[in-house]
This record gives sequence, structure tokens and C-alpha cells, in this order.
Amino acid sequence: MDDTILSIQNLAIEFQTSSGTVKAIRGVDLRLRRGETLAIVGESGSGKSVTVKAVMGILSGNGRVTSGSIEFRAAQGEAVEKLDLLNMPRKARRSAVNGKRIAMVFQDPMTSLNPVLSIGSQLTEGMRLHLKLSKMEARSRAIELLNLVGIPEPEKRIKNYPHQLSGGMRQRVVIAIALACGPDILICDEPTTALDVTIQARILELIQSLQRKMGLSVLYITHDLGVVAKVADTVAVMYAGKIVERGTVNDIFYDARHPYTWGLLSAMPDLETSGDELYTIPGTPPNMLGEIQGDAFAARNRFALNIDNRVEPPMFRVSDTHEAATWLLHENAPRLQMPPALRERIERMRKENNAS
Amino acid sequence: MNDKSILNAAGQPPLLEVENLRQYFRISRRQTIKAVDGVTFRIYPNETYGLVGESGSGKSTIGRSVIRLYEPTAGSITFRGRDVSGRLSADDEKMLHTRMQMIFQDPMSSLNPRKKVVDIVAQGLDIHRSYASRAERSEKVFAMLEKVGLSRDHANRYPHQFSGGQRQRIGIARALIQNPDLIIADEAISALDVSIQAQIVNLMRAIQKETHTSYLFIAHDLSMVKYLSDRIGVLHLGHLVETGSKEEIFKNPLHPYTKSLISAIPHPNPIVEKKRSAAIYDVRASGIDYEKGSLRHVEGTHFLLAADDEFKRWTKGA
Repeated sequence: MDDTILSIQNLAIEFQTSSGTVKAIRGVDLRLRRGETLAIVGESGSGKSVTVKAVMGILSGNGRVTSGSIEFRAAQGEAVEKLDLLNMPRKARRSAVNGKRIAMVFQDPMTSLNPVLSIGSQLTEGMRLHLKLSKMEARSRAIELLNLVGIPEPEKRIKNYPHQLSGGMRQRVVIAIALACGPDILICDEPTTALDVTIQARILELIQSLQRKMGLSVLYITHDLGVVAKVADTVAVMYAGKIVERGTVNDIFYDARHPYTWGLLSAMPDLETSGDELYTIPGTPPNMLGEIQGDAFAARNRFALNIDNRVEPPMFRVSDTHEAATWLLHENAPRLQMPPALRERIERMRKENNAS
Repeated sequence: MNDKSILNAAGQPPLLEVENLRQYFRISRRQTIKAVDGVTFRIYPNETYGLVGESGSGKSTIGRSVIRLYEPTAGSITFRGRDVSGRLSADDEKMLHTRMQMIFQDPMSSLNPRKKVVDIVAQGLDIHRSYASRAERSEKVFAMLEKVGLSRDHANRYPHQFSGGQRQRIGIARALIQNPDLIIADEAISALDVSIQAQIVNLMRAIQKETHTSYLFIAHDLSMVKYLSDRIGVLHLGHLVETGSKEEIFKNPLHPYTKSLISAIPHPNPIVEKKRSAAIYDVRASGIDYEKGSLRHVEGTHFLLAADDEFKRWTKGA
């Protein structure tokens, strides 16, 4: 049975800027299954946020979808209703999808909450509009939600304003708002980047437990691979507006095939990393103004082949769940090994796994 | 404490000694924030001391007090054998402002957008008149830019023409041009992308190897701190709750806050990470009063902030 809930096909997005047209997304295919957590990983500017903004229909004014489709399969009891999000009228989308079926948690809870409204009124707004609840019903449900996300004394807190709460508490409120109308999909755009590690761990665990309780499908955007390891079922690695590798979380962490993924994994020291130098990806992400010839990653790729400068690599299949866009997987390519530091780490992780 | 005990393994006296530093901020007549409340640590030549803690724990305040962006409320700061905590003589001030430098978190807001890179990097030289001719000034700047991985063509550009990682390199060049003994890096890599972070960290290490400068590395990312630091201090609510070499802190964390901090780092290993949950630490619920504790010696360079019974309880298992 096809349990896809969100399907993005061949999505391309451009932005008109004063210095020219920026091709931010250049053909992205993504599939989110019901109840699954999909993480999109990449550096800033890789297009991960733009992709989900297109799903929510909140691209900035100079952005334009040039091709592709986004299909949302909403479950209506037994039947499945297919919604073409890109061609829906804006009004219908806002009343039927945004906040109700697909909700989003943003990076910085201070800027995503309105400072002049109490958290109670921000929590109930969506429920009054989408679910047509009365004031009293909405209030009691808001208290329930605050309880659910682990805010002590919700009856008192509901009257508070955002500035009266700590960063972690604010993010809990934002999550409560997102969950208010019982959405099918929760999109989290770097929800813990602005928070401390100890708070981050608790927010991640909160999202996980809520996901299990409510059967949510979660689309996670992050650049922190530690976070990915904790929350994700499947991973898509993005670079320069394309998905360069995708697979289950185990495929990506134990058997990465794309040199960019190797770089990302090795550049982040884990607690065992020692030695004189960290592995780095040389250079900086490419300028997205104008056409990119060949593989966008070629200039930063130590393992680049000649063909990388001329022809863009297609997706090569590694296994049923795993594929990567690099010419290294072509049958005529030289057999290359991942960097030794990464191989050692994977060995270490395997030992750790066997021990536990 | 006798005099021998403060020398490091190489027999060197500390470069920076911070003794019982307090930094209070008066908000109103009734309210005073104790941002740093009695913190003691030392930094030796050619070493990296990492300060970690959550936001609001006072780690940035310590950096800023040490370099005298703030007036310390109490306590002593000794840098290169001279007291720099009270009123500074002109001589001490010059020494402090040249031998100690700072790299800031946000490379955009810490570089003047209206100045060219060459003038930003040379500003310290201009103030302290440490060159004989214009040509020498430019030569010094060019050499420094090359050292941090930029080229001399970059000297006549403005900060907005650079990427985040390059801007942070400019900040590092500005700090290095004074040939400092101590560089305070206040969240210097937090605003950068993962792949760029690694480049900057490698650069900082290479510079240390060459110039033997010391770093006070302030960060909240524990895995980076562990990678870069020789010794680590863990801060919580303005108190230094535990300090020691990175092995001591990571192999044998004793304070419950340190333990929760370490357990909160996500491991990039999905099979293990999925089963793990982080330890939760709540000061109020645990009944620990930092005011009552004192910094006690565990072993080697490992110290722990604890009251008598807490110390016994926490070190028992070790």
C-alpha cells in the first residue's frame, strides 16, 4: 500500500534579486511517508528551508516556482484526498491546509511568537478559526496542549506573554500552537538551533514522544547530524538546491556514498575525535546565480572526476532505500574509499552498537 | 597554595589567573544580576581553555571581564604577572590591549561595514603606532591575511563582500596582528556552517602551533570544545561547577550539571542515539546550593564545586 502523505516532484524555485535570478531549488524529489520522520540536511543556502516554505506556500514575494508539483494526500476517514498544493487558491490553502493539516515550527521562538499577544490568544487563534471552537472550548484545549508539551502550571502560563518565558518554554509554546489543530504533518525548521544543548535534547525528545502519541509525520530541517541521528527515519542530503543523497538513517550514517555526505559527517567532531586536523570540505558553497555546469559540488570535491565538471550526475541506486547523485557510483568510475577518519569512526560506531 | 602547585607540567607559571571573579550588573535599585559569581581558573601559555555552559551561565561575561570590556565587581585578574583587575596604569592598559585579543561570535556585526579590510586589520597597529611606514603597515596586514588563508587582493574590499567563514578569518587576522599571548574566542564558530566551522577550527589550531598563543575558547558546542581544548571549565548560573583537563571532564564527570550537559550532546550514531535519552538536571529540584559549595580538588587538575556532603556523594562512585 502506498502510504505517502506528502510527495514533492521535480520542484524548482527561482528568486529574482537585484543581482539576477537565483536558482535556489533545481529539481527536488521528496517523499514523506505516514508516521515517518524525514530529515533534510544541508548547509545554509542549500535550499532546505526554501523547499518547506514552498510546501507551506510562504515563499517570499520574489520567489517563483518554475516547475514541479507538491501533492498532499490528506486522509479523510478511509478515503484519501489528494491536494495539489501548488495550484490551490491561496485562500483555500490557508483555510484548509496551513495550520490545520500541515503545521510548522520555526527556528527562533522569539521571532515566531507575537510579543504583544498572550500565549493563550496565540494558541487559541488557530483552533477558533479552523476547528470553529468556542472561546471556552479553545481555552480548555489550550491548557491541555500546554500540559502536553510539558509546561508547568498551564492555567497561569496561558496569560503570560512570550517575553515572560525562557527560550525552551517559548519553543514548547510554538510546538503547542503547531499541534493545536491536530495536523497530519509537522514541519520543523531548525527547531533547536537557537536553544542550548540541554534544552535541545528535551525539545527533541518532546517532539518524538508527541509524534508517537499523535501519529504525526515529521519533516525535519537541520544542519546538525547529531540531531538527525536522534530523530530521523530517513534522510535527504541537500546541496546547492538538489538532493545529492537519500536513504534510511542507517544508510547515511554507516554507508554514505556521496563525497559531500562524507565531508559533512567527517567535519563534525564527535566526542572521540582527536588528532591534529579536522577533515574539512574546502571552499564555500557555490553561487547560485546563473547556470551551474556539471556537478555543483565538483569544485569542493577532492574526489571529483573529469566528468563532474561537464555533466551533472544522475541519481544512482545503491539499494532499495538508498541512492546518491555522484559519478563515483557509475560502473566505470574508479573505486574510491571514503576518507580514513570517517571509516575509523564508522568502525567505532559499529563496535559501540555491538556492545550495547 | 604554595608557589610550585600553580606551575604547569612544563614548569611555566600561568599566563592568566582569574581569582574569585565577580561581575554584577545593577538593573534597578532593588535588582542586581550576579552574572559571574566567584569564578577561579588559570590559563597557561600555549594552551586552550574551553568554557562551556548554557546561555546565561556567564561564559561570555567572563571573557569580557577578563579583557576589561566590563569593570569587574570583585576578584583579581592577573595577566602575564600583572594585576589587571583594578584601575589600569597606562602601561598596563597598553600591555592588556596588545597582548590579549578577542574574536567575536558574529563576524558581520564585529567588523565595521564602512572600513576596508586593510584598515580593520591594521586598526590595532594604528592605535599603538607599531609601524614605521605605510609600506610596513600594508606588509604586516598582507602577511596576516595570508596567514589566515585570505589573499592580499582581499585587503581593499569591504566586509560585506565576504562570506561568513572569510569574515571570521578577517576577525582572526585582526586579533593576530598584535601578536597576542591570549586570544579570547567568544563563540567564534557558532554562527558558521558545519563545513566552515571545521576550517576555522583547523586554522585556530595551526596558528596556535606556530605562535604558541593561548586561547580562552567560549562555546556551547561540547564536541567542538572537547576537540579544541586542553582544559575545560563548566559554568552554570555564574558558578564554575567543575574544571579539569578534557579527559578528566569527559571520562569522569562528577557534577550532575556536567553529566547532564555531556549526556545532552547528540551522538552521530543513529542506532545508539535512538535508544538514548538525556539526563535531566534541575538545580531547584536537586536542592544544590552553589553558594554553599566551594571548589574542591579531586585529582590532577580536576576541581569540583561542592559542599562537604555533596562532594562525598558525587565522588564516591569514582
